[in-house]
Amino acid sequence: MENVLLSVRHLRKAFGEHAIFEDFNLDVHKGEVVVIIGPSGCGKSTLLRCLNGLEPIQGGEILLDGEKVLRDNTSITKMRQKIGMVFQSYELFPHKTILKNILLAPMKVQKRPRAEVEAEALKLLQKVGLADRKDDYPRQLSGGQKQRVAIVRALCMHPEILLLDEITAALDPEMVREVLDVVLSLARAGSTMVIVTHEMNFARAIADRILFIENGKVVEQSDNPKAFFAHPVTARARDFLKSFDYE
Amino acid sequence: MDFAVMKAYLPRYWEALLLTLKIGWQGVLLALALGIACAVVVHLKIPVLRRIVGAYIALFRNTPLLVQLFFLYFALPKIGIRISAEVVGSLGLGLLGGAYMAETFRSGLENIAPIQTESAQSLGMNPVQVFGYVILPQAVTSSVPGLLANLIFLLKETSVFSTISLMDLMFTAKDLIGMYAKTIECLTLLVIFYLVMLLPVSILGSWLERRLRYAEFGN
Repeated sequence: MENVLLSVRHLRKAFGEHAIFEDFNLDVHKGEVVVIIGPSGCGKSTLLRCLNGLEPIQGGEILLDGEKVLRDNTSITKMRQKIGMVFQSYELFPHKTILKNILLAPMKVQKRPRAEVEAEALKLLQKVGLADRKDDYPRQLSGGQKQRVAIVRALCMHPEILLLDEITAALDPEMVREVLDVVLSLARAGSTMVIVTHEMNFARAIADRILFIENGKVVEQSDNPKAFFAHPVTARARDFLKSFDYE
Repeated sequence: MDFAVMKAYLPRYWEALLLTLKIGWQGVLLALALGIACAVVVHLKIPVLRRIVGAYIALFRNTPLLVQLFFLYFALPKIGIRISAEVVGSLGLGLLGGAYMAETFRSGLENIAPIQTESAQSLGMNPVQVFGYVILPQAVTSSVPGLLANLIFLLKETSVFSTISLMDLMFTAKDLIGMYAKTIECLTLLVIFYLVMLLPVSILGSWLERRLRYAEFGN
């Protein structure tokens, strides 16, 4: 297929003797939303961390726009500006206000003028309903609010792709919705995303493609999430999905 | 208690206070600079330098200030290095304080979860930016209480300066007692003057601490 934005080829990732991925391959197309699900410890988060060079890889290659993601200092900082990442634990900078959290990297890393970035930041904050909190500190926000700020912070860098690592896993149930709505609207606007999640309903609603991973291997993948969730083909995926049902 | 005598002694105490403060602050500033530099070296695991810093910290944390001052003031001249008493005072205090500040500051740096670094990295920051914008400011705020405790400890340690003939508060009190035997008056004044020196530091320190920590911890 054309328009491959992110390409993982023959990825090998191991922690010491313990291999997470032996020969993992994945292509993410422009505008595509790939959702990765699977049991804990199957390597979902590790995969995301490899994609933006937070984890060293032991073999294979990761390409963004045909350019290799290498972990040397000058090239990785450039690559990471194109790859937005949102963490499970938000990881806002606690010593900076919401607005300064958002402005920091666009101004210092991308050297963009403050007025321009601030206007964009305020517009995005408005969109996620937090414009009035711009001068607050992270500790004054709820988890769901912090996570929406983290998304805005990533977006202000104008990334080509967003990596979302279990971004609702630390949230109270009633806050999950407000965060997922933001992600859903991003998907509708055509953002390219790789999402790791345990929210199965969300995965079904947002995914263009769904990957079920176990032990570092793609057990099942589907371009039709509704079909996948209704009738998983593999027994393993069936068992996994069943564990989310309460009857 | 003879208040008239106490009043007569006041000018000498003021003089001593100023000297103590002067040497004390020079030492404290040196200690802060040294401490931050050493903590950064240890935190970034810079080869060779970290060994030197380790040895320095071990040496100065595990010997008394009195011994350090004696060494600088009485032993060094024997090998031809002559340093004035005032400089020895500041230097000794700075070297001792540097070792303490380094440890306090290092714990501040280690308090910050590694994922904060990753969060900054994923925004495209280079190592210098990560450290300068994200790690260092948080480390400073979280080590403020410890740094303040060190500061007060160091200013109190100036009382051993009298042993190298510096006319600090302690020296002045001992000197006056030796001459006029007004023990209770002299010691009372000594207590008062240490309080005059250190209470404002404590109060200012707590105020500064509240201000610096507001962002992360609220009031």
